[in-house]
Parts: sequence; structure tokens; C-alpha cells
Amino acid sequence: MEFLVRTKQKISQFLKTLFRKRTCRIGIYGPPNAGKTTLANRIVRDWTGDAVGPVSEVPHETRRVRRKQDVTITGQNGNSLTFDIVDTPGVTTKIDYNEFIEYGFEKEEAVRRAREATEGVAEAMHWLREDIDGVIYMLDSTQDPFQQVNIMMVGIIESRKLPILIVGNKNDLPDASPARIKSAFPQHPVIAISSLEGTNMDELYEKMTAYFG
Amino acid sequence: MIRGVQIDLISAERLDRLTSMEKIRLILDDVMEGNIVVLEKGLAPDEQSKLIEITMREITPDGFSGIEMETYPVKDTPDGFFSRLFGGKRSETRLTVIGPANQLKTIKKEKDLISAWVSSR
Repeated sequence: MEFLVRTKQKISQFLKTLFRKRTCRIGIYGPPNAGKTTLANRIVRDWTGDAVGPVSEVPHETRRVRRKQDVTITGQNGNSLTFDIVDTPGVTTKIDYNEFIEYGFEKEEAVRRAREATEGVAEAMHWLREDIDGVIYMLDSTQDPFQQVNIMMVGIIESRKLPILIVGNKNDLPDASPARIKSAFPQHPVIAISSLEGTNMDELYEKMTAYFG
Repeated sequence: MIRGVQIDLISAERLDRLTSMEKIRLILDDVMEGNIVVLEKGLAPDEQSKLIEITMREITPDGFSGIEMETYPVKDTPDGFFSRLFGGKRSETRLTVIGPANQLKTIKKEKDLISAWVSSR
């Protein structure tokens, strides 16, 4: 009898594993220094009280993909969404260690950071092709959104048929122009926020639940 | 001796004969030698994604520091009578310029004009 019960439990566990729906993975992508980790930290802090990683004004501070599992957010509309948040290194086509030397690092440390940054970008691209179900594409609202890397990345995300929300960050700064971002990507919803100050996060959460849910 | 920069203009026909990895290797090998590559027809988004990934793996301190690339956004065009009828679209990649990041700089980019500056090594 005990054998039968144990077998039944094992079969039930196997079936649960087999048919369990994987939690959706939302990747935060964008060029270096757009504020991706600040946003990831803001979302995770708002809903779990935890954090994802350190932030800095030095580009490529995030040099590894970081995932925070099972974050549940609720929009003002009452809809909830549970997802894994994937914070990625800033995507670029070039990395020179001299960039880090300009921020005061010794050559050895600058070379190490540059090497880690190249590995991080390659890793982020791999995640996008294999493991991401939706994308928050993050831009610095004070910068030119027409930069090639943005055009290319949005094209890559579109070609994978992934839902994409464009977030114009640093909207607290005087030079911020979310209108410029809207004109660059009229085919996608654009939300203007300041992840540092937490401005307009309610709209972002509402859009996320509607868009990725 | 006159110092200059080699520019390779690669035709759409030649690109069509190559696999994705062959295209990426052709571009990167050329660019890593300090040449500028102009593709008559650009890379598909998936090829661009792989190009970024492989470029990152080729970067070395005091050597290759990556690429500068400029292209126009992919254009969706209806492809033939049946596609038009059923709403299908063909994505058309467009003219693309790729060069070493330390030699090619974009001066101006508009909807219909890319202006770049090239330096010799």
C-alpha cells in the first residue's frame, strides 16, 4: 500500500514538473548608463524590499546578467503579474579599457572591467535570443534615441516578436525629452519615468501588467 | 607612400550566397584589418545580434576595440500579391557601413542620410 502511495506521489510530482508554466522573464535592456539597474532595484525594492545590484555613474557597472525571481507587481487596475526580472549589462558594439581609465581606474582594473563588460554584453545578447519573454527597453531621455545601438536592438527585439515597452528614464533632468523618444519609436508604448526619484512608476506598473500579463 | 583606408563594398548577391556565420566572419575579419565594409544589403536582426556577440568576444586590450556600425532601420514591405492579400510583410534590410570603432565615427545621422568620418590607422 505504501509503495502505491509513494508511486502516486512520484507520478504526480513528475506531471507537475512537466506541465508547470515557466514564470515569464522580463529583460531590462538598453545602452550603458541608461539606468537599467536603478530601475531593476526600484521595482524589486517596491515589491519585495530587496535589491538587484549596485549602481554607479561609471559605464558598464553591471557586467553580468542578474535575475531576481518571482517578483509580483500589481497595477492600479488591480491586475497582477509575477515575473523574473533580468537586469542586463548595457549593450554596445565597442568597449575600450581607456574609458575606465578616464574614470580613475588603474590599467589592470580597467582591463579587467573591459573584459568583464565584453563578456556581459555577449551574455545579454544570448539571453535575448534564448531566455527572455518580454523587454523593457531603457533609454536615457537626455540622450539621442536615434543612436545605432538603439535602432539595432529594437529591431532585434521586434524580430523575435517579443513585447517591448520603451522607458525614457532620467525624466527629472532638465534636458530630458521623452517626446524625442516617442518620435524615434512611434510603434511602441513609451513611458517617461525617473527611476531614481520613483516618478511615474504607477503608470509603468500598470502598463507592465497589461502588456506582459 | 600614400596612407589610406581600404573600403570594401560587398554586393547583395555575394551576401545572399553566404550563411549567417560566413557573413559575420567576412565582416569582422575585414574590419579587424582596419578596413571599412559597406554592405549593399544589411544584416538581418538575428545576424546583427550575433555580430554584436562575436564582436565582443574579439575585443582585446590595446588591440581591436569593437565596431562602429550605421544603417537605416529595417523596412517592412509587402511581398507580392498573396502577401499583400493576406497582410504578410517582408523585412528589407538596408545599406550598412561597418568599421573599426577607433577609425569610423558617425558625424550625422538622419532618416535618409548617414554622414561618417574615417581615419587611417
